[in-house]
Amino acid sequence: MDVLNAFVTLANFVIIPATAYGAQLALGALGVTLIYGILRFSNFAHGDTMAFGTMVTIFATWGLQAAGITFGILPTALLALPLGIAATALLVIGTDRTIYRFYRQQKAKPVIFVIASLGVMFIMNGIVRFFIGVDDQRFADGERFIISARTFRDMTGLDEGLAFRTTQGITIVVAMIAVILLFWFLNRTRTGKSMRAFSDNEDLALLSGINPERVVLITWIIVAALATTAGVLYGLDKSFKPFTYFQLLLPIFASAIVGGLGNPLGAILGGFLIAFSEVGVTYAFRKVVGYLGPTEWQPDGLLQLLSTDYKFAVSFGILLIVLLFKPTGIMKGKSV
Amino acid sequence: MTRGFDPKILMLFGLVAILFVGTGFVQSWNTALTIFNMGLVSAIMALGVNMQWGYAGLFNVGVMGFVALGGLATVLVSVEPVPEAWSAGGLQVILGLVLGALTIVGAILLWNAMPKGRLRGLVMLVVLLIGFTLFRRVFDTGAEAVEAINPASTGFLGGLGLPILLAWPVGGLLAAGAAWIIGKTALGLRSDYLAIATLGIAEIIIAVLKNEDWLARGVKNVTGIDRPVPYEVDLQESERFLGLVSNIGADPVTASTITVKLLYAALFILVLGLLIWLSEKAWNSPWGRMMRAIRDNEVSAAAMGKDVKSRHLQIFILGSAVCGVAGAMMTTLDSQLVPGTYQPLRFTFLIWVMVIVGGSGNNWGAVLGGFLIWWLWVQVEPLGLLLMQGLTAGMADGNWLREHLLDSAAHMRLLTMGMILLLVLRFSPRGLIPER
Repeated sequence: MDVLNAFVTLANFVIIPATAYGAQLALGALGVTLIYGILRFSNFAHGDTMAFGTMVTIFATWGLQAAGITFGILPTALLALPLGIAATALLVIGTDRTIYRFYRQQKAKPVIFVIASLGVMFIMNGIVRFFIGVDDQRFADGERFIISARTFRDMTGLDEGLAFRTTQGITIVVAMIAVILLFWFLNRTRTGKSMRAFSDNEDLALLSGINPERVVLITWIIVAALATTAGVLYGLDKSFKPFTYFQLLLPIFASAIVGGLGNPLGAILGGFLIAFSEVGVTYAFRKVVGYLGPTEWQPDGLLQLLSTDYKFAVSFGILLIVLLFKPTGIMKGKSV
Repeated sequence: MTRGFDPKILMLFGLVAILFVGTGFVQSWNTALTIFNMGLVSAIMALGVNMQWGYAGLFNVGVMGFVALGGLATVLVSVEPVPEAWSAGGLQVILGLVLGALTIVGAILLWNAMPKGRLRGLVMLVVLLIGFTLFRRVFDTGAEAVEAINPASTGFLGGLGLPILLAWPVGGLLAAGAAWIIGKTALGLRSDYLAIATLGIAEIIIAVLKNEDWLARGVKNVTGIDRPVPYEVDLQESERFLGLVSNIGADPVTASTITVKLLYAALFILVLGLLIWLSEKAWNSPWGRMMRAIRDNEVSAAAMGKDVKSRHLQIFILGSAVCGVAGAMMTTLDSQLVPGTYQPLRFTFLIWVMVIVGGSGNNWGAVLGGFLIWWLWVQVEPLGLLLMQGLTAGMADGNWLREHLLDSAAHMRLLTMGMILLLVLRFSPRGLIPER
């Protein structure tokens, strides 16, 4: 019986990575859910919006590094993030003006918006691949660890190390700041309130004199900020590869749907639920169980429920369960 | 089919024909035929998606998964079985899969049989857990044993060793089975949910193909799948063929490759023709009218006593099956199953571009879109390269911008496809050949 070592192992391989991943998913899902609430369609281009913002941030990071500017122990990418957000905001506002606004005026069916977003997805994907290529890019610099496994072992005298990477810490802190800002904005400011009103009941909101184009504009800016932040944090924590960002669409959508489409709090909850299940189901629990039971109980198998290659199956499975038993999501979402 | 052909349709098909003939003259007939054969396969995929979208308004973005299942069918049907693998653990693998399926069926039956309450959830959880553990116990050892048999050349169970053409309908059946599972759960909910569910199942199917080595060798690929047509080498050695070729005075090597491609094209045209005929019959039948009535107004169709959900399930399965057949045909054409090549942009979203551009709700439109967009997809790359070379002609060799632009020309096709989709959706939302 060695509860401490078991807990440290679990924290090192499940709790910390899943929390960071959950924060990234939550930020992504918030973007999806906001678009769904205000513009009322599922934006398939969201993964590629994230990729675009991250790409601009990477270029800005390289520029800063070339100019000799770094952010000390923190990654330079954080300094470059505002530029990435600005560029992404311009891009999504541009796509809204040229593409989505037309269908809004036509009062087109939601599925037409979705098909238009497929076109946008192709174009953004093309732009990203055109500029930065299809390869892996690592752009994290600064201090690698807040606590490295060795320091932790020396500090505590335990057998197991606990590594807490800077990028994981930054992910959690930045995500928290972003979420607090978002909720402050939605609940306390006039514009935020008008956004929520618009999302709840479009006709009533229009009656009370809310300008829909302004609401849409602000939504896109917020979405650009959330998507870029999510993308940069994911890229810092893992690495940047356009195709991976496209594939993130599935867990992000799953998070938003599980939480209840259109419900920001649900999106956060969904993000963490998906992240913890994905990491938990694909983690081999052998060591943890080994510490908890007597030595002779050490299991033969890895005690891994699914191989990591099937992580998509996890988000998909949770999605199916929610769709079957609670189609509007855990927190009540919309169902247009 | 009753009204005869619109001159506009003939003209559009004529234009696409000119594109292909032009490719034959400018590049080579081999290239033109290669594009044409994949164009035929794409047209069939587009027909399948058009059934779901055009007939019933279902938004399926998991085409890639159904296509891949069709590809799997070619391996399962035509590859020779591996007896050593079967004796090592084949039955155990099958037994494991049966156990897994029984668990799920049992859990569903229990769920339906037991009264509502906490006990029901608990019992189901226990059944699922026990079933899963049993499944892993039996299945894992079996799969390991199978994969250990000569992993460099086999390491899988192999297929049934039956004729390859049988794989085409089987591919359709496999896809139909997967569609049934998805449809049962996601149909009847909002349209976006079906989209996400299909997106997910497609990724999972590809993950299974990549990782389950016992099934189809995973990323080690299955190559040398049987062909329904003779091999070029055999043709080049056949006296009769050589005699024919020398009569028309052609080069035997080129002639043999072209003959093989023409044979494939003939087979594919047969399938495409049959499918178009069936689709047109269905479209003009009472069933087709009912489908359109449901699509245009679900509420009033339901009020007329039409079972919307099961009709949707029906058309979803049919459309997916057609995609499965196309997938099997494609793998047959390639003679190999390479799970790594299945990309959603290429196999799901490109098919959507074909349907939207061609004309949703029109079978001929979908076919036209299939040929046109596939031709563009292939040709935009060299055209983009030409364009970039033109743009950068003034720059010095080795200039980084020039190098980068030339390297990136390949990604022009995504940009072009997105542009085409958006332009058609905006200015001609009913597509090139609109629904009648």
